[in-house]
Amino acid sequence: MAEAVSDLLAPPRRFPVLRRLARHRSFRVGFVIVLVLLLAAIFAPLLTGFDPTAMRARLRFRPPQAAYLFGTDNFGRDVFTRCLYGARLSLTIGFGVAVLSGVIGAAAGIASAQFRWLDGAMMRLMDGLMAFPAIILAIGLAAAMGPNIGSLIVALSVAYIPRTARIVRASALVVRELEFVDASRVAGASSLRIIVKHLLPNCMGPLLVQLTFVFAYAILAEAALSFLGIGPPPPAPSWGNIIAEGRDQAVEAWWIMFFPGMAISLATLGMNLLGDGLRDVLDPRLKVET
Amino acid sequence: MKLRVLRRLVLRLGQAVPILLVVAVVTFFLMHLLPGDPAAIIAGPEAGAEAIEKIRHQLGLDRSLPEQLALWLFHLAQGDFGRSIVLNQSVLEALSERLPVTVSLTVVSFAITIPLGIVAGVLAARFRNTWLDSAVMFLALVGVSIPGFWVAILSVILFSVTLGWLPASGYAPLADGVRPWLLSLLQPAAMLALFQIGFLARMARSATLDVLDQDYIRTARAKGVSEWRTIAKHAFRNTLIPVVTATGIILSLLMGGSVVIEQVFALPGVGRLIVQAILTRDYPLVQGTLLVLAFMFVGINLLVDVIYTWVDPRVRYG
Repeated sequence: MAEAVSDLLAPPRRFPVLRRLARHRSFRVGFVIVLVLLLAAIFAPLLTGFDPTAMRARLRFRPPQAAYLFGTDNFGRDVFTRCLYGARLSLTIGFGVAVLSGVIGAAAGIASAQFRWLDGAMMRLMDGLMAFPAIILAIGLAAAMGPNIGSLIVALSVAYIPRTARIVRASALVVRELEFVDASRVAGASSLRIIVKHLLPNCMGPLLVQLTFVFAYAILAEAALSFLGIGPPPPAPSWGNIIAEGRDQAVEAWWIMFFPGMAISLATLGMNLLGDGLRDVLDPRLKVET
Repeated sequence: MKLRVLRRLVLRLGQAVPILLVVAVVTFFLMHLLPGDPAAIIAGPEAGAEAIEKIRHQLGLDRSLPEQLALWLFHLAQGDFGRSIVLNQSVLEALSERLPVTVSLTVVSFAITIPLGIVAGVLAARFRNTWLDSAVMFLALVGVSIPGFWVAILSVILFSVTLGWLPASGYAPLADGVRPWLLSLLQPAAMLALFQIGFLARMARSATLDVLDQDYIRTARAKGVSEWRTIAKHAFRNTLIPVVTATGIILSLLMGGSVVIEQVFALPGVGRLIVQAILTRDYPLVQGTLLVLAFMFVGINLLVDVIYTWVDPRVRYG
């Protein structure tokens, strides 16, 4: 209570959004989860002494134990090590998809809102892409471009661009009708200036929220595509292809597929919690009546 | 009243045409992005250059790209979706064999998703900020965060391998009786529904909370209507509106998810067809299947939109 009063009396602090985020419970939990996984991915070589792809025939199918926390697989590879290195690949794919679909989606959405002549064609294009279930479009594209990380990122990005573009367009349409944008326009600001100075900054909230969810979807989708045999090719581990490879031994050696699945769930849960927190704080539904 | 719905239908049909065109063109370019030469693959590894050239000519691959595109659209307009190389069947024949499985799976999964998702969401909203709300929303969050196919494998180990309650794989057609059909679909449909239930519950909760903020709800409460009655009689109908909108998304998610789930349970559906087509490089089949699926979606979304107009009288065309 006393704290609340002193909050009121205190001068306005800097970074109000960051402060509100830091107080948001699910954002905090999500942030910690994602941070831990990120650090685990970055420092993988320090956390394990094994090589993720080295095969050791004598050590096949060891159940989880002190030396092999998550057990070993049918080639005697340490599953814990593979999950750590898999985090690198899976998180890279998630991040890559979020960035690529974010940049292109934002560009398309803002262009649609600012240049009205473009809007009809752009939105029909997005509708056309959205007519494919995202994962099926990604499967088709990934298969078309060949099984490697780059093509997987591009394929998933294309699948998620339309949704991102629509969200950005919707908020840009609201923002461009606001008075300060009008004022800027009347003062002779160019389209580029309006986009950079007004539309883009004011669409960042909803965009950021959307991209955390895209990140989460991309991790799930990578797993699904790998499972179908269209993901990053083995032996380099990704969470998805460890599950795919462990599937045949799921009954006898459950640990091979169990732990990477937990890793995927944890990463996705973390991103979703982050997204929920961001959404609560940044509120993408700009409650401005025009 | 009827006229309003009809006008909406006509308007939406008009908007669907350019979407279908985009879908067809996108699918066409997908095919042409493919590495390797389809003709060489069809001819087989031992074929000479001459044989490959012949197949290329048969497929029309020796023509210019715009010509091929025009031809592809021309065939589509006549209802010709192409021929599978591997199955030696037309794409539509191959699909018509697989479609009942996928539609069954989707329908059963949808039937599980809708009541559970709505009830969970409304419950969470009714008991907002209590432990029940937190528990339901946590479960919903887990639902949208875990990979469905992974839970499906674990579930097979538990319910099929260990307990022996449900078949681990395979599909029993509806013609063999409702019971075996339902038994063969129960597990895959439930696993497929996990994500959608979570998604719908989260949506239904926020939709209900939005409605509960309205003035007329305050009026209802003020005149002493019980909280449950307020929700059931006053709020629920308006809660359903965003839910109807979400139906299109849910069906799209279900169809996408079924590709993976069919693989886990070895269900001979469209998802398996498309994955096999990709793995055997049966390009026309991939192309045709993608196209038919996308067309179905445009149709479903159109239907959802018209139902929406019918349910909510406030929606005007335009």
